[in-house]
Amino acid sequence: MNYFLTEEQQMIKDLAAKIAKEKVEPVALEYDEKGTFPWDIVEVLAKSDLFRVFIPEEYDGLGGGIMEMSLVVEELSKACGGIALAYAASGLGTIPIILFGSEEQKKRYLPRLAAGEILAAFALTEPDAGSDAAAVKTRAVADGEEYVINGTKQWITNGGEASIYTVIALTDPTRGPRGASAVLVEKDTPGFDFGKKEDKMGIRGSVTRELIFTDCRVPKSNILGREGGGFLVAMKTFDQSRPGVAAQALGIAQSALDKAVAYSQERKQFGKPVSSFQGVQFMLADMATQVEAARALTYAAARTIDSGARNVSRISAMAKVFASDTAMKVTTDAVQVYGGYGYMKEYPVEKLMRDAKITQIYEGTNQIQREVIALQLIKESLQRKE
Amino acid sequence: MKIAVCIKQVPDTTNVRINPETNTLMREGVESIINPFDMYALEEGLRLKEKHGGTVTAVSMGPPQVENALREAISLGVDEAILLSDRAFAGADTLATAYTLARALRKIGKVDIILMGRQAIDGDTGQVGPGVAENMGLPHVTEIRKIESIDEDGTIVVERLLDDGYLRLKSKLPVLLTVVKEINEPRLPSLKGKMAAKKAEITCWNHEDIELDMQRIGLTGSPTQVMRIFTPPKPSGGKIFEGDVQQAVSELLKELRAAGAPIGQGKE
Repeated sequence: MNYFLTEEQQMIKDLAAKIAKEKVEPVALEYDEKGTFPWDIVEVLAKSDLFRVFIPEEYDGLGGGIMEMSLVVEELSKACGGIALAYAASGLGTIPIILFGSEEQKKRYLPRLAAGEILAAFALTEPDAGSDAAAVKTRAVADGEEYVINGTKQWITNGGEASIYTVIALTDPTRGPRGASAVLVEKDTPGFDFGKKEDKMGIRGSVTRELIFTDCRVPKSNILGREGGGFLVAMKTFDQSRPGVAAQALGIAQSALDKAVAYSQERKQFGKPVSSFQGVQFMLADMATQVEAARALTYAAARTIDSGARNVSRISAMAKVFASDTAMKVTTDAVQVYGGYGYMKEYPVEKLMRDAKITQIYEGTNQIQREVIALQLIKESLQRKE
Repeated sequence: MKIAVCIKQVPDTTNVRINPETNTLMREGVESIINPFDMYALEEGLRLKEKHGGTVTAVSMGPPQVENALREAISLGVDEAILLSDRAFAGADTLATAYTLARALRKIGKVDIILMGRQAIDGDTGQVGPGVAENMGLPHVTEIRKIESIDEDGTIVVERLLDDGYLRLKSKLPVLLTVVKEINEPRLPSLKGKMAAKKAEITCWNHEDIELDMQRIGLTGSPTQVMRIFTPPKPSGGKIFEGDVQQAVSELLKELRAAGAPIGQGKE
């Protein structure tokens, strides 16, 4: 399929693919086993300018957007969905600064994020607030020219590794969701600690950790956007970051498909390669069709966002739902094509299946995504009637 | 410090085609890469520049498509690239190539260190490095695994890889060094580098641009005559003695003796 990438996008894709093959693939299993953070790979990505692709040129970026970020995430995910997440999660943490940062905040963080000197993270989820984002309990209480933050964030990707965190906290608990604000908190701020490091099923080449705030003081100037605008920051950020999750799912799915096609020709049963059996052929055909459809939708969503379109929630959610459901199905089918070997750790497809599962869950469960899509459909239908 | 790195573009496949008439490699239609050993030379050149300052110039001789290899060198951080391309250079063996490169390097001017890979993966001769040094009247050290130090007074200390260790050698600059893969880990290009490479000017020199003796270049200057290129036949037969070592050796000796091999009657 020709997706009419620009010369620059093709260059980005090729370089990311080269890094994935030469640097990520050889260490993917080791990171999956150890569950540590891939700083050596982050350094390679930084030196290759891949953190620059989605950051505006005036802040030392290369001026691309979500499409460029998605191309990198897809290529890296073909080699390791976990290591790719270390990159993508920094993207998620960078997006709110690009979208809502003041000139001063952008100048302070974006050039260093572009150079890959520091990583970013985004912190919304809490023990009792996931899909129900309005149930956030973390407080940011105004005290003179400062906010005093107290509370715990859970399952934060790049937690402890990133240097800058966008934290969603309540500045006015009486106003419900309208009382939440997005506040930038730097690592090493007194009162900001890291808790439990999670032992995960998949994406083990990335680090997921608790953030603990105990009377953590930050200047009021650290607010992103306006006070009370925290959920707007979160929702607009997710609108832009979801194609990145879709791209991660897509890379994992493509890898599973490629491996299944190759293995089906090696594995012989009844004296013939299993690829000669129609039952296997039909599976491969469906897998390939779904992967291609996921790619088309992911790129469409990324390009829609980069075009500056105003309402992108629906297409962004569609890409995330479809690509992640595809990844889960295709990786499960790849294990099936491998048969008993596919279930074993010595073979690569079980990791793909473990890595795929999270894409249906994080950055808004697929159930929440479907709700976003449906509500948009109903809203538009009502508007047409008016 | 002025550093020059000579690179060669080679076919990226073991499945090379040979021109049946000239018995030379047919480069057209085969995907090409920078000779992998030259990648280590480029990396070492860039590291020297980062440490000591100066510039790195990449030089390559070959058909116009070699421009791609030079652009890749620029994407890695090389400052300047020179392509030696001329029909008159075609068909050069290692002698003529070394002469032509040496003349071009002379034209560049004062160069402190010339770096090359130990050999090219297509020809595998390893002759061009020393040949260039001889033509230029420079000292050379082949198969360097480490540049230990470069002093202010122009003394360089290097480690030369041997089968069972290494030699520590001292030389005066300017010097020509060929490197082995143990010396470093080549970097990947950066996007900024790739974008710069796309726009970069590649200097192209033909025989008129370089002061040289026409009798010493191209096919005319190449005493090497390739008679035939062929794949050596695979050795056939053979037998592997497996199992317990003592017993396997006994059986091997028995069979060798049975075949009439003159082997003494030692203890078995």
